[in-house]
Amino acid sequence: MKKLVFATAISVALIGTALAEEVKVGLVFGYTGPIESITPGMAQSAETAFKEINDSGKWLNGKKLTAIRADSTCTDSTTATSAAERLVTSDKVVALMSDCSGVTTAILNNVSMPNGIPLISPSATSPALSTMEDGGLFFRTSPSDARAGQVLSEILHDKGYKSVAVTYTNNDYGKGYADALAMAFKKLGGNITINAAHEDGKGDYSADIGALAAAGGDVLVVLGYGDQGGLGIIRAAVDLGAFSKFALGDGMYNDTMLQEVGAHISGSFGIHPASEGKGYDAFVSLANAAGFEPEKSYRAQSYDAGALVALAMAKGGSADGATIAANLLKVSNTPGTPILPGELGKALDIIKSGGEIDYVGATNVELIGPGEAAGTYQEYVIEKKAFRSVGMR
Amino acid sequence: MEDVLNALILMTNFVLVPGMAYGAQLALGALGITLIFSILRFANFAHGDLMAFGTMITILLTWWLQGAGFSIAPLPTALLALPFGIIAAVTFSLVIDRSIYRFYRQQGAAPVVFVMVSLGVMFTLNAIVRFVVGTEDRRFIDGERFIISAGEFKSITGLAEGLAFRQSQALTVITAIILVVALFWFLQKTRTGKAMRAYSDNEDLALLSGINPERIVMITWIIAASLATIAGVLYGLDKSFKPFTYFQLLLPMFAAAIVGGIGQPVGAIAGGFLIAFSEVTVTYAYKRFLGHLLPESLAPGNLVQLLSTDYKFAVSFVILVLVLLVRPTGIFRGRVL
Repeated sequence: MKKLVFATAISVALIGTALAEEVKVGLVFGYTGPIESITPGMAQSAETAFKEINDSGKWLNGKKLTAIRADSTCTDSTTATSAAERLVTSDKVVALMSDCSGVTTAILNNVSMPNGIPLISPSATSPALSTMEDGGLFFRTSPSDARAGQVLSEILHDKGYKSVAVTYTNNDYGKGYADALAMAFKKLGGNITINAAHEDGKGDYSADIGALAAAGGDVLVVLGYGDQGGLGIIRAAVDLGAFSKFALGDGMYNDTMLQEVGAHISGSFGIHPASEGKGYDAFVSLANAAGFEPEKSYRAQSYDAGALVALAMAKGGSADGATIAANLLKVSNTPGTPILPGELGKALDIIKSGGEIDYVGATNVELIGPGEAAGTYQEYVIEKKAFRSVGMR
Repeated sequence: MEDVLNALILMTNFVLVPGMAYGAQLALGALGITLIFSILRFANFAHGDLMAFGTMITILLTWWLQGAGFSIAPLPTALLALPFGIIAAVTFSLVIDRSIYRFYRQQGAAPVVFVMVSLGVMFTLNAIVRFVVGTEDRRFIDGERFIISAGEFKSITGLAEGLAFRQSQALTVITAIILVVALFWFLQKTRTGKAMRAYSDNEDLALLSGINPERIVMITWIIAASLATIAGVLYGLDKSFKPFTYFQLLLPMFAAAIVGGIGQPVGAIAGGFLIAFSEVTVTYAYKRFLGHLLPESLAPGNLVQLLSTDYKFAVSFVILVLVLLVRPTGIFRGRVL
């Protein structure tokens, strides 16, 4: 009996210490809902970064990082908020990661700010998040759509187009993107003939095209989804002979679109957030070793978000929210030794010896302004039913 | 002169041709609704999803045929699969009628109970279709796409405006004309058609003169399900198949049936075209049209659009409400709901 009590006490103590050394981060992604096909890969990427940290054994005197997944649904703010709330109050996470712009805003206001828990998003791109009051707690590794609108309008300008029609998917993403593009394009001296929303999931877009064609323009800018309304718009425009050239936002970079209408829209062009260089190559080989495809949406950004959270805690020497918020910009930006994916162990060594690091990561992370990625975009043209990259912007 | 021509071509391309095709699709759907209403005396909410069901079967078969290498180019392969889609939809309707609606008929249930039952059938069908084929957009058209494309038209005529006429649009209009003629001949000339009209006019008198009600009901379902499937397949060929859009078609189809006068086949056709053209003309931006017609100094600066295209469905709803307020029997004096 005495032995049993002793054994129980020992094991409880062991579990206790094991728990004490575990630091949790909540991954509130939309595992169900409109982006359910993307999110498992995002979570896996972030967890790959955590695993790398844990395997090095050098993180905060051997503490372990654990990811806890919870469903954000991408669209339902109430569900996302309560999921995040649960992670903070009962699982005691030190940081949260979230996906879509709408739910990210809700979590930031209702969970992060009241509890002082930093929120890092690999994929929320709404321009509104740049100016929102965030108490220094919000960061993102993807660029704002305001930046995308700027880049796309520069391309339009460089190609010599003076007057364009714009149509966007009727949600926060589309509206923010379209407004940013319109503002930037007007500054460059261009003229927007019409800036009209379209609804996703309609059977017929000929009426929308009627209005767009009536307004006219050299190019039709489509800021929608390449497997939904954006595709319907292009199909109707081609069928009715209203437009033959299109400028496409990042949601249109999609194989479905290419298959369906790619043959009819040669010479159309667009952008999508992408990275290249040594950091991205390192991430690709890391992903291949871990057994997932690196090039899918927001995986590189998710890895970077995970790595930054871990490095920020290492830099501050303590596993809590305030430390992350205070140190995240220090580890992500210059000065310091550049750190690529797969070199997190090396980064921990440098931090331990009192040095500075500049986390470059898979997406050339450089956080600007209130803590968001400056962002690089790949410019492409559609030729012979294929995307052909023409450079980075 | 050329300006006037350009303006006319523009209207044909953006209003007349799409409106004709859409109107024909609505009319075929509304015919089924109106027939069911006049014989079975209830508003069948499951009609949109019956369309989706028949179309789904047709699509699955079309894929199989395409995979097996069958083709009737330049016509779409879906036409080969269509008869089987019709058979499936008819069988399904008859099974539902025997197992569900007949029970309530024998009870002598009130029309509103039937409407609720059809709502239940609608949700069931909704789920079946999504379960089998998924919620995504499906395209199953093959064969020749255009009879004349906008670019060809421009190069032939040398006009500034193009006119596109798709094969699916031609198919829709031709099929609709054939079906409507056949249906009217059937209702007016054949014994069964006359029996159906008699039954619709006065159920008791019809029963007294020896008309078998179950047979009439069966034939009604066969016709309604066939029309629904054909309308669904034509809509899918012309636009694309997506369960959600088919569900949404219910509103304009009902509006068409009621505006024309529910229970009146002629009304369903007139209503279909009326709704289709109202939706298209009210939401069309007339800037370029007027730009061709008016002298440069008077050319409009804004879009000249009455309503944004977002409100397309609202148009059919407003017409529906107006008709119910002003002339509840509809244009062709149908029944009052």
